[in-house]
Amino acid sequence: MVPATLIFAHGEEAVPGRETFLNMGDGGVIAFYLLALMATLIFLSGFFFRVRKYGRGRGRPVDWKRFGPALAEITSQRTVAKRDRAVGVAHFFVFWGFMVLTIATAIIAIDEDVLDLLLGRSDLQFWHGAFYQGYSLIVDLFSVGFIAGLVFLGWRRRNPPFKLGYERVDREEGSYDRKGYSIDDRAFLVVLLFIAISGFLLEGFRIAATNFPSFETWSIAGWTIAQTVSFLGVDGAETARLVFWWTHALAALTFIAFIPYSKAMHILTDVVDLLVTDQHSARALPDPVGAPSDDLLSLFTWKDLIDHDACTKCGRCHDVCPARATGAPLSPRDLILDLRELADASSGINLWYGPGAEPNSTTGTVAGDYISAETLWACTTCMACMEVCPVGIEHVPTIVQMRRQLVEVGNVEPGLQSAFQSLTRAGNSFGKSAKQRARWTKGLDQNIKDARSEPVEYLWFVGDHASFDPRAAEVSLSVARLLSYAEVDFGLLYEAERNSGNDVRRAGEEGLFEMLKEQNLEALASAQYSQIITTDPHSLNTLRYEYELEGTVIHYTELLDRLVADGLLQVSGLSGIATYHDPCYLGRYQDEYEAPRRLIQATGLELHEMGRCRENSFCCGAGGGRIWMDDSDLEERPSENRIREAVALGDEVAYFVVACPKDMVMYGDAVKTTGHEDRLQVVDVAQLVEQAMTGVSVG
Amino acid sequence: MSDVFVVTEHLQGELTETSFELIALARDIAAQTGGRVVAGLVGSGVIGLAAELGGADRIVVVDDPAFENFSPDGHAAVYASLIEGSPIVLIPYTSMGMDVASALSTTSGIPLVSFCTSISVDDGLGATCQLYAGKIEADVEVAGDRAIFAVLSGSTSAEDGRSGAAAEVTRVDNPVESELRSTCLGLTEPEGGDVDITSEDVLVVVGRGIESEDNIAEAQEVADLLGGAVAGSRPIIDQGWLAKDRQVGKSGLTVKPKVYLTLGVSGAPEHVEGMKDAETIIAVNTDPQAPIFAVAHYGWVGDIFDLLPELVDKLEAD
Amino acid sequence: MDSVVLLRPVPDPVEELELNDDGNDLDRDYLGYVLNEFDDHALEEALLLKEAAGGTLTVLGLGSADEMEQILHTALAKGADEAIKLGDDLSHLSVSAQTEIFVSALEGRSYDLILTGVQAADELDGQLAVRVAAKLRIPHVSVVVGADAGDGSVRVTKEFWGGITADYQVQTPTVLGIQAARQAPRYVAVSLIRQAQQSGALSEIDVDPPPDKSGVRVVSVRVPETGVGAEMIGGDEEAAAEKIVEIIRAAGVK
Repeated sequence: MVPATLIFAHGEEAVPGRETFLNMGDGGVIAFYLLALMATLIFLSGFFFRVRKYGRGRGRPVDWKRFGPALAEITSQRTVAKRDRAVGVAHFFVFWGFMVLTIATAIIAIDEDVLDLLLGRSDLQFWHGAFYQGYSLIVDLFSVGFIAGLVFLGWRRRNPPFKLGYERVDREEGSYDRKGYSIDDRAFLVVLLFIAISGFLLEGFRIAATNFPSFETWSIAGWTIAQTVSFLGVDGAETARLVFWWTHALAALTFIAFIPYSKAMHILTDVVDLLVTDQHSARALPDPVGAPSDDLLSLFTWKDLIDHDACTKCGRCHDVCPARATGAPLSPRDLILDLRELADASSGINLWYGPGAEPNSTTGTVAGDYISAETLWACTTCMACMEVCPVGIEHVPTIVQMRRQLVEVGNVEPGLQSAFQSLTRAGNSFGKSAKQRARWTKGLDQNIKDARSEPVEYLWFVGDHASFDPRAAEVSLSVARLLSYAEVDFGLLYEAERNSGNDVRRAGEEGLFEMLKEQNLEALASAQYSQIITTDPHSLNTLRYEYELEGTVIHYTELLDRLVADGLLQVSGLSGIATYHDPCYLGRYQDEYEAPRRLIQATGLELHEMGRCRENSFCCGAGGGRIWMDDSDLEERPSENRIREAVALGDEVAYFVVACPKDMVMYGDAVKTTGHEDRLQVVDVAQLVEQAMTGVSVG
Repeated sequence: MSDVFVVTEHLQGELTETSFELIALARDIAAQTGGRVVAGLVGSGVIGLAAELGGADRIVVVDDPAFENFSPDGHAAVYASLIEGSPIVLIPYTSMGMDVASALSTTSGIPLVSFCTSISVDDGLGATCQLYAGKIEADVEVAGDRAIFAVLSGSTSAEDGRSGAAAEVTRVDNPVESELRSTCLGLTEPEGGDVDITSEDVLVVVGRGIESEDNIAEAQEVADLLGGAVAGSRPIIDQGWLAKDRQVGKSGLTVKPKVYLTLGVSGAPEHVEGMKDAETIIAVNTDPQAPIFAVAHYGWVGDIFDLLPELVDKLEAD
Repeated sequence: MDSVVLLRPVPDPVEELELNDDGNDLDRDYLGYVLNEFDDHALEEALLLKEAAGGTLTVLGLGSADEMEQILHTALAKGADEAIKLGDDLSHLSVSAQTEIFVSALEGRSYDLILTGVQAADELDGQLAVRVAAKLRIPHVSVVVGADAGDGSVRVTKEFWGGITADYQVQTPTVLGIQAARQAPRYVAVSLIRQAQQSGALSEIDVDPPPDKSGVRVVSVRVPETGVGAEMIGGDEEAAAEKIVEIIRAAGVK
């Protein structure tokens, strides 16, 4: 039994420390432990429902090697600070404030409850003396940061930037109610703030009530508050202390109980999500789900289900998504939230703030019935959402998984359907005969080697657009001439090449992808080469990661960059200003940002960057099969949005440089439809290099 | 002295243009063979239509309530008996003719040639046919001295088949004794849409080359700038990209606008049938071999997606 | 209502057609084949009928090397119960000969409906649907754009011209020449086609090409001269657009 006596008498110097249940009486202590037990049970039951929900997901491997880097990300809060420094700093303070407060509480629990109460070894107790003083200082400092962070984030909620708005892009205003989400956001902030402030007041009143023991000067905030309330006198302060002791304790217990039922859950889910997230999953998509199951949630892995709960609605994905930006009915944020609502509703989880799924929506299929086909087809798989997500949600594989479900039942967008049919029949999306694949080479003076019949150093995997689209084929001609100038030994697969299947796979047609992959691997096996170059970054991605040819496949800009660096191509003499568009599948997907830039600068052009560049590049709208689909319903095509961004750089920017055949097609159209073709020239890096050719050093 | 038999067709009390075209064609053939032109007319209350068929020498009429409407197996059975004695039979290659021609040929064993655009009789029986949606033209010869020719609409001028002369009219009782196995339940007129493409001055017509439904919006923009309408060829309507009342051609509507601009229309005979009389036909197609260039007044070989933005620019600037 | 769908391969319309050395046929050595698009609609209509009224659906495909196997596997994946490939290299036969093959394959089978495309681009000697019906002495309707199964009969919509259609009540068994199904042919995932490939559901009947009794012989073929009558506009798209606008204005459209 804990003695309920005031051990620190007025003016007496004693060992630094404090009594947890000071003047509580046995009834108070018992009441506290009963309440704590209740809070824990409420927490555990909510937690149990969540975990049971995650258990319905399919298995998925965990990469233990990620734990180290993930811990660094979590502790540094780097992912939160990405492209939003102020929020990153504020959240850093909140995160560490919370961590310190949690550890501080745990220390008391160990000292009081474990060592003394349970083990009866009060001799081992350590929460006193110098340790107590250091503890006081650290807790006070971090709590001040905690409050400051919370106040800033609360202020931001009252003056929200666009991305914090909960308007949906896929529904009529008024047809949905998201007030619950706002209430949850605010309740979370308010409870935390209440815990912190009540803690400080408790500390202040305690110091005043214990007559300012000198060691408490280490509690710098508490000491200041104590001085402010010293007019109450010892008795008054003691009364106030008891009131705040209970207030603080109840707030903290309420918070614990409240975690699995609120946004506070992100504290747990986000840590797990960041530890197990696999950003590579968009590059090498997971294999499809096996046999269909009756369980609605069997479409998802346990990680996907944690993803849904991990979302804090920060809206960064909503902000960067090219589909959302151009009026398509897709917001990655809303998609994840919808899936959370569905998963919760089908797991018997009904949250107090009421964002539940609509009645009867838990029957049927996820894709098509619950998440509309239009929403799913809108994704360009540009990966901007995954790149910007601070908590490691994997939107792209989730969307592809749902697209697979659509394809399986034949619910396919009409443009996509005709592309799939052409690809099945002819191996290319243009529906052209395979024999015509290398027809573009007729524009060359010399024949390109057939890698199937003679060995070559570089096997050029040209891709559909660079072969069949007249504008992109112009670029292929430039590349071919440059390689010839530099006496590179290269060849083609000619009619044996098929579409690589990158877009096919991302559009959800797994069977067709498998077929194309088999055909290409067979063709590659018949050729002799040491490296593969691709024109299309989309093919590059799939050959590298999905054909598992990593290490042997490079992009043509990488090869041209090497040739220029080695002096095998000598370029200079261009003048003017260019801007460069990072293709999603070259930048975000392959981390190749420098080779094209070096090439542009080598030609003599000056490079002006657009605001959205490098990993923050804005998609042209062609990826993930979108290039085959209807984009007439969009308010603005992503490519047009991008051209307007380039134009806004100023009149002096004359070249819009691309490094992807799909970009050539998309932006070639967009400069026309936006009426800027006279002032902005869409040009490929290879075309610039060819224009800037001054000589070739042979040998 | 071989007679040439023409299967005529009519709908809602009107003989079709193709019927007259076939009579004109039969006249040419009969002039060479020295035979007569015999026109068959089968229906209910159709005797009055015989007066319009003066281009023939003789008209055989089966006027029977059983044939109030076209009957696929009934008409075939009637004509099987009517054509006896005529070695050369011309049948329109149309929705009605298709049900008659192949049935006649199969039951009688007389060779049938489809997709005919012209017929020759000077050195045995033969014809010129359009195959592969008009991409290939074939000269064929028929074994024996009897043949049925299924002739494409528009193969000759209908005017040449019209005549005010009075032909010899022979009424024949319905020779079919067995009960008809199909019953017509009635005709349905096309639903009136928002636009009547037959009364537009300008039609921008999209074909397979438009590739996807969304691209039609670009064609619509051009049509809007010209104060016209968008129409389509059959594949576009079958895909559901345009409403049925926008279809030009055999199974759609026949149009005669001032300007007929085709985008990615290959020009299959079925399409040409519905638009060949347009005043000015401009065709755009990537395939220089496309048959549409044979009927167009002006042609450009190239990508319609390159052209469309340019056209919009030029028209907006105008 | 039990249905049989007759499928024929036709030269791929996207390929450039080249002529053989004798000049009396296409050069078929390198020709790619696809399913006749009207037959694809016939299959779709049969699938819709099966979904609405039950019954079995059998597809018979006229053999031509690999393409027809793929086509038949696709039909199985879409929901056909049975698929049979007839012969191996029969893609160039006359319609009369095709009729013989299909009719003998139909022998001994029970069916209420036979569906096939209303026409094919290479049908020089008539339409398969009507020929098969005449041979079997059962009724036929061509240019069908929709069917509805009844008891002992089928109600079909036949299209004439000018958008005018007529509904017919036809006694079964009957043959329908399908112009267009009520909906565009469905998409079927390649994974399902591959499953069909592995299921072994496709059977084959060996067929020797019958003697040609069509009585029609191709003497010569040619690619029609292009631009006869058409004044060709040269230049790039910009020049073409300018010229086209000029022509339109000259035609009296302001």
